[in-house]
Amino acid sequence: MTQLHEQSVAGANNELIAFRLGQQEFCVDIMSVRDIRGWTPTTPLPHSEHYVKGVINLRGAVLPVVDLAARLGFTPADPTPRHVIIITQVGRQTIGLLVDAVSDILTVESSSIQATPNVASELARSFMKGVIAMEGRMISLIALDSVLTHNQSGSGLLN
Amino acid sequence: MDTMAAIKQTFFQECEEQLAELEDGLLTIEREEGDVETINAVFRAVHSIKGGAGAFGLDALVRFAHTFETTLDGMRSGRIEITQQIIKLMLRSADVLSDLVRISRDGGAADEARVAQMTEELQKACGIEPAPAAPAAAAPAAAPVAIEPVEGAALVPDEFGFVPTPVHFDFADEQPEEPQVDEFGFAPVKIDFDELLAEDASHTEGFEIRFRPKPELYAKANDALRLLRELGRMGEMEVTCDYSSLPHLDAIDPEGAYFDWTIKLKTDGTEAAVREIFEFVEFDCDLEVRPLISGFVEAPEEAEKVVKEVLAQVAAEEQAEKAVAPVAAAPVFEVKPAAPAPEPVAAPVQEAAPAVAAAPAAPAANAAAAASAPAPSATIRVDLDRVDRLIDLVGELVINQSMLAQRVMEAGIARLSDVAVGLDDLEHLTREIQDSVMAIRAQPVRPIFQRMSRVVREVADMTGKSVRLITEGENCEVDKTVIERLADPLTHMIRNAIDHGIEKPEDRIAKGKPEQGVVRMIAAHRSGRVVIEVADDGAGINRQRVRDIAVKKGIISPDAQLTDAEIDDLIFAPGFSTAEKISDVSGRGVGMDVVRRSIQALGGRISISSRPGQGTTFTLSLPLTLAVLDGMVVTVAGQTLVVPLSTIVETLQPKESDIHGLGEKARVIAIRGSFIPLIDVGAVLGYREVEADPVQSVAVMVETENQSQCALMVDAIIGQQQVVIKSLETNYGHVFGVAAATILGDGRVAVILDVDAIVAGSRTEMARIDANRKRNAA
Repeated sequence: MTQLHEQSVAGANNELIAFRLGQQEFCVDIMSVRDIRGWTPTTPLPHSEHYVKGVINLRGAVLPVVDLAARLGFTPADPTPRHVIIITQVGRQTIGLLVDAVSDILTVESSSIQATPNVASELARSFMKGVIAMEGRMISLIALDSVLTHNQSGSGLLN
Repeated sequence: MDTMAAIKQTFFQECEEQLAELEDGLLTIEREEGDVETINAVFRAVHSIKGGAGAFGLDALVRFAHTFETTLDGMRSGRIEITQQIIKLMLRSADVLSDLVRISRDGGAADEARVAQMTEELQKACGIEPAPAAPAAAAPAAAPVAIEPVEGAALVPDEFGFVPTPVHFDFADEQPEEPQVDEFGFAPVKIDFDELLAEDASHTEGFEIRFRPKPELYAKANDALRLLRELGRMGEMEVTCDYSSLPHLDAIDPEGAYFDWTIKLKTDGTEAAVREIFEFVEFDCDLEVRPLISGFVEAPEEAEKVVKEVLAQVAAEEQAEKAVAPVAAAPVFEVKPAAPAPEPVAAPVQEAAPAVAAAPAAPAANAAAAASAPAPSATIRVDLDRVDRLIDLVGELVINQSMLAQRVMEAGIARLSDVAVGLDDLEHLTREIQDSVMAIRAQPVRPIFQRMSRVVREVADMTGKSVRLITEGENCEVDKTVIERLADPLTHMIRNAIDHGIEKPEDRIAKGKPEQGVVRMIAAHRSGRVVIEVADDGAGINRQRVRDIAVKKGIISPDAQLTDAEIDDLIFAPGFSTAEKISDVSGRGVGMDVVRRSIQALGGRISISSRPGQGTTFTLSLPLTLAVLDGMVVTVAGQTLVVPLSTIVETLQPKESDIHGLGEKARVIAIRGSFIPLIDVGAVLGYREVEADPVQSVAVMVETENQSQCALMVDAIIGQQQVVIKSLETNYGHVFGVAAATILGDGRVAVILDVDAIVAGSRTEMARIDANRKRNAA
């Protein structure tokens, strides 16, 4: 899956799902999105990182929900029913990303993906693959696998 | 996976079953409960393994199976007397065969010496002198020799190629005359033996073959028509069919077999060639082949008449059938997959072909008073992943159903409305589906018990003790995974029982016990769990010695006051091993603590009771499945948690006076005179900063893996519930204090507590408390 994803990014046309976090726009490859659902209350996990909102039940599977805003170093989200959880598949894991709203589905050429400008905060930059300029907007492409970087101790993949 | 590998895998799966049947049969014979059919079953098992192994070119396996089969055949024919020694030899051979199957499957080197020795012993048992150079290679040639004279030509057709060897004759001489009479008595003229064995002796004019299929023949998808057609290729034949046993239409068993064919075959072929045609059905039919010397067709007109009658009969029945059941326009045999699907073939074999073609349809389409005919157990092989997927889906269905019910209730719909009643029905159905699906994974404990009988044999041999294993409740069903993971702990317990428990024969005699020790393994269902007892009638636990060792190893202090039960429990303590020197048998660096841990990992418990001089009993209590868990649903700091019921000893409401502070933060609760550490689950899991007030809480007494007790403080108990275990690791990772997750009736996720981890989380404090408690207690 990840390979497919890489290939499609390298290919001519990429379909991306764009979403908002505060005033900024981000996007992920549509091939890694499994589902988009409204906010449902999560079950907090003991001793989890602050950006892990907890776990939810998605058709019988238990999967974690990451507050992407908190993960990128923004103000943590205060989820309302209008918030959206984007269910993504990364490697063999399925996780939910809590975002403000889904805004668009984009089709962009690989060549239009630019390198991340050297101004963003170090933390935010480490989760971005590049930026896309579109109709005067700047949309950052999220590198999903680094959102979920395994931590060395091996306990809690999102820690 | 390529097709060949897939077929091979199926073969090995079947081997497992055959080996189980083999061992089962041998044990039955050992108990002297077996009959002819048991011996046949045992023989068939080995025969099937040999046949399959041959197809895959597993030569070592074929060779050994062949020798084994030969000896079994001797038993079957009564030529080899069935004694306990022979049975023991057979059981050991079964072990070797099982090893060879395993090696063929998993690779690795066979224990050549053992195989060779076993082969030799088997050959000795059936009176064959192993060829000095290559005993294994000699076996195929030698074996039929041993079988043939006794069996007559009746049952081992694949070996008949060897018949006209001089060796045969030698052996036949040694045999009593009677079997030969059986074999050749049908010949209308006296035939000289030499002549019979001479190359052209078998060229009789033909054979009269009596062929009576049993229902099993059809059940195994064999077809009488094909066999007859095959016979037809050998030469001219006359087929008559005796359908007198065909019952009336309404009494017919569609899977029964009612026809009795007599075939007069004019051929240049040998009897062996005739029998070869029936090779694959030899156990599923009655077959008689007699040489036909003259008068090939005595009354062709008559035969023709009979054939015509059969045809008419079949046609009439088909008519009747159509009339009676117009719905089942398709012939019945197509509806019943277990029955053969005879082709309504017109392909002429000989002039008798039409009758032959039509006839097989009849037994299939018709039913019988064949209530006596044993129906083959209908089983299918299913990939375990598929079953697990189904179980997952049904789990979701159950959750979904209860969510729906909850929503309907919330919507204020009347209890007796159609919707609510429909929902009740749905609930019943889903529960039933869940139970049935769980039952798919359930398997009888029989295979594991059978494996243990091998362990008993081996350990008894190694220790020079005489031990008998008695098993009960082998049909008790448990989740497949539980069964798989039971093998190691049970093996270990059996080894211990024989090595440490059962005394040497001379000691037993001195004590007035029977020389042979007994190990009992009993499985039973008890209140939603399966309980397995492993009991020996040995010396029991030497408590003084156990105590001394525990003191020496620093497990207990020399002045500790322990009850007998507590001393017995010491053998489960980590680092405890009673073997003074590491023995081959049970001292493999793993102690009973490992057994206890693996049982606990399965959600089970193990306990011990021992009576000096009378033996020791281990009792395992295991959940029926690993997919669900009995839990107590509690709330802590607004969160819903599940505590595994297997860890809970009791629950109680603490009283102010029972709570004692100990040191800076730790608190203990006094229960019946002892002080138990009090742990606030909410604080350990980081749900709250300030510890809750114990008086406002409920104390759940839990027992951890090292048998220490703790009281977990929770806010409230909601109830007991069976929950479906969901992995957190799949999409997240391991979380401290959490064993797994589950989904509650409202669709929310709840975590299942890892009690041991939570208790260990405050271990440093615990150690201090423990020390204090011991001081207090002393």
